[in-house]
Amino acid sequence: MILKPQIRDLRIIAHFLGKIVLAYGAMMAAPIVISVLFGERVPIIDFSIGLLLSACVGFGLLKLADVPQGAEASWMHGMVVVSGGWLVCMALGAVPLYLSGHFVSYLDACFEAMSGLTTTGLSLVQDLDHLSHAANFWRHLAPFVGGQGIIVVVLSLLVKGPAGAFRLYVGEARDEKIMPNVIETAKFIWKVSLLYLAFGTAMLTAAGVWAVGMPLKESFFHGICIFMAGFDTAGFAPRSQSIIYYQSGIYEVVTLVTMIWGFFNFNLHYAVWSGKRPELWRDIETRTFLVSLTLVTAMVCVGLAQGDTYLNFSAAFRRGVYQVISGHTTTGYMTIYAPQFLTEWKPLALIGILVAMALGGYTCSTAGGIKMLRVGVIAKAFREDVKRFLTADSAVVTTKFRHLRDLFLDDKLVRSSALVIIAFLLLYFIGAVIGCYYGYPFLNSLFESTSAAATVGFSTGMTQAAMPVALKITYIVEMWAGRLEFISVLVLGGFIISFFRGK
Amino acid sequence: MGIKCQVSGIRLKTFRPFKLFLFCCLLATCNLQLATVFAQPVQSNDLIANAKSYDGKTVEYEGELVGDILRRKDFAWLNVYDGQNAIGVWSSNALLAPVKWAGGYEKKGDMLGINGIFHRACPEHGGGLDIHAQSIVLLKEGSRVLRPIERKRVLWLGLLLGVLACLLIIHILQQRQRAR
Repeated sequence: MILKPQIRDLRIIAHFLGKIVLAYGAMMAAPIVISVLFGERVPIIDFSIGLLLSACVGFGLLKLADVPQGAEASWMHGMVVVSGGWLVCMALGAVPLYLSGHFVSYLDACFEAMSGLTTTGLSLVQDLDHLSHAANFWRHLAPFVGGQGIIVVVLSLLVKGPAGAFRLYVGEARDEKIMPNVIETAKFIWKVSLLYLAFGTAMLTAAGVWAVGMPLKESFFHGICIFMAGFDTAGFAPRSQSIIYYQSGIYEVVTLVTMIWGFFNFNLHYAVWSGKRPELWRDIETRTFLVSLTLVTAMVCVGLAQGDTYLNFSAAFRRGVYQVISGHTTTGYMTIYAPQFLTEWKPLALIGILVAMALGGYTCSTAGGIKMLRVGVIAKAFREDVKRFLTADSAVVTTKFRHLRDLFLDDKLVRSSALVIIAFLLLYFIGAVIGCYYGYPFLNSLFESTSAAATVGFSTGMTQAAMPVALKITYIVEMWAGRLEFISVLVLGGFIISFFRGK
Repeated sequence: MGIKCQVSGIRLKTFRPFKLFLFCCLLATCNLQLATVFAQPVQSNDLIANAKSYDGKTVEYEGELVGDILRRKDFAWLNVYDGQNAIGVWSSNALLAPVKWAGGYEKKGDMLGINGIFHRACPEHGGGLDIHAQSIVLLKEGSRVLRPIERKRVLWLGLLLGVLACLLIIHILQQRQRAR
């Protein structure tokens, strides 16, 4: 029997939503600082409006909830807060973007905000090259917040009770704790991310000045933006040409390192930090990634060799490998123009990129897609089944693998992995069908849908302000569901239904 | 000795061999020019979509200079935006004399006319799509763009400040009541 939510449930949800909105709104202070630094007056007003609106909504929700101190979230509350929180943050984050005047509609600004928060990188911004530094910074800060997890921000700053905190943390598609305490885990994620931000920004600033030829101030701005969007596998760039703008092999290499570093499991970061470097190579996710990367790179290179676009191997390799790693890490940085995927790349190369995008990165990381752990588990399960047929009937076949610790393959794990894989494949397919309904070719639609659901950000040129409203909404839902890995989104749906049908 | 020739049924003047040779040379040159130079400016969408047919040919491309001029010793990269896409233009520093304004927030960049060789996958630059400039013409000088603050937005800001202040006052009063 489905229970109808009580007023107390709504109050608890409003309480945590209020905290999320307050933390998210406070981040709008950062673009205001950027506006002051670059002498931009209008964005100060735009972001102040966004900040105050968030403060009013957040504070209003807390007042409405009026929950006694120490109230904890149940599993249902946690899931609804997480999925609802992302929607509310999208709506509020879109306000200053829309006020910038670089979006055709508020829906487009919402699309951009959701794309940023979910670390996707698909963009509907108009005339990006004339966008203010403040709005551009906000576009890049969104993935840095969303990639680490908005809930992680709230847990780090505003939540004191550990029990309910874990339920919120899990709702955001993270079920692996790094530290015994989930709040400590959240704090660790932020400490590591901020330290990497400082290091990565310094690297990119240096590359920007010496290799690209940008002035120091601009180079620093681009460095911090590119790091935030690259480390969080988002793929936003301050210029409309993505990484092509920099016209530098060295800059491309630094961005590659940033992307790869960002898509590792935070537990593996912790292992490296605590001196257990071999853990990085022993993990099933790393091994699966290496196999998958090799196969996909081979596909793309053969596909490019079949065409006559690139006259030498080094050019094909440079363009091919960059796009493969960018797709596989679900970042979406590009060193080719979007339509070139269709006009210059042979179908085999395009399918290679599609597979890389669909598979995605590591669990408990900023990457999206199916994830390497699930692919590895299913591959092991197939292997175990084949092995079972080849050994004596009485033999007991077990499979062990390494993921942070030694684990035995069990049916429960295989089932949960298979369910998420099926859900992702369905999401890719449904998005593609909706694209076809609006008259786009199947391959283009599948490419774009996979890019949105796996939070990659590659585009063949389909994603633009002129596309149908229903398709924009489809991609927003795909990005949201893909980033949160379905459960919390489904629970939110169930919660709404239970309002009408529950007893 | 003269040669009588007939083209498309029209009887032309009698040509001497030298004149005929000159005529043929002229015709051939015209044909060659037609094949490699696109006198009309090409749109970036067209360049990207039909890169194969433009590859290695001299093109005219017009657009606004955006971002920074990225200096590389005696050369520089310019990113020129024609309203659809920005294309990288590789140019020697000597050609950059007329360039002053690069577009950005509150800045309209110089409108440039580029004459150069288009590369679908430039072998010199790691397979990137670019134009190697042979000449650059300043079509319209850039300028500063003033963006005034809208009064309506300041009013919204004031309204939101008022709402927040009310919420804070209610919060403080509630806290005091509870403390009693």
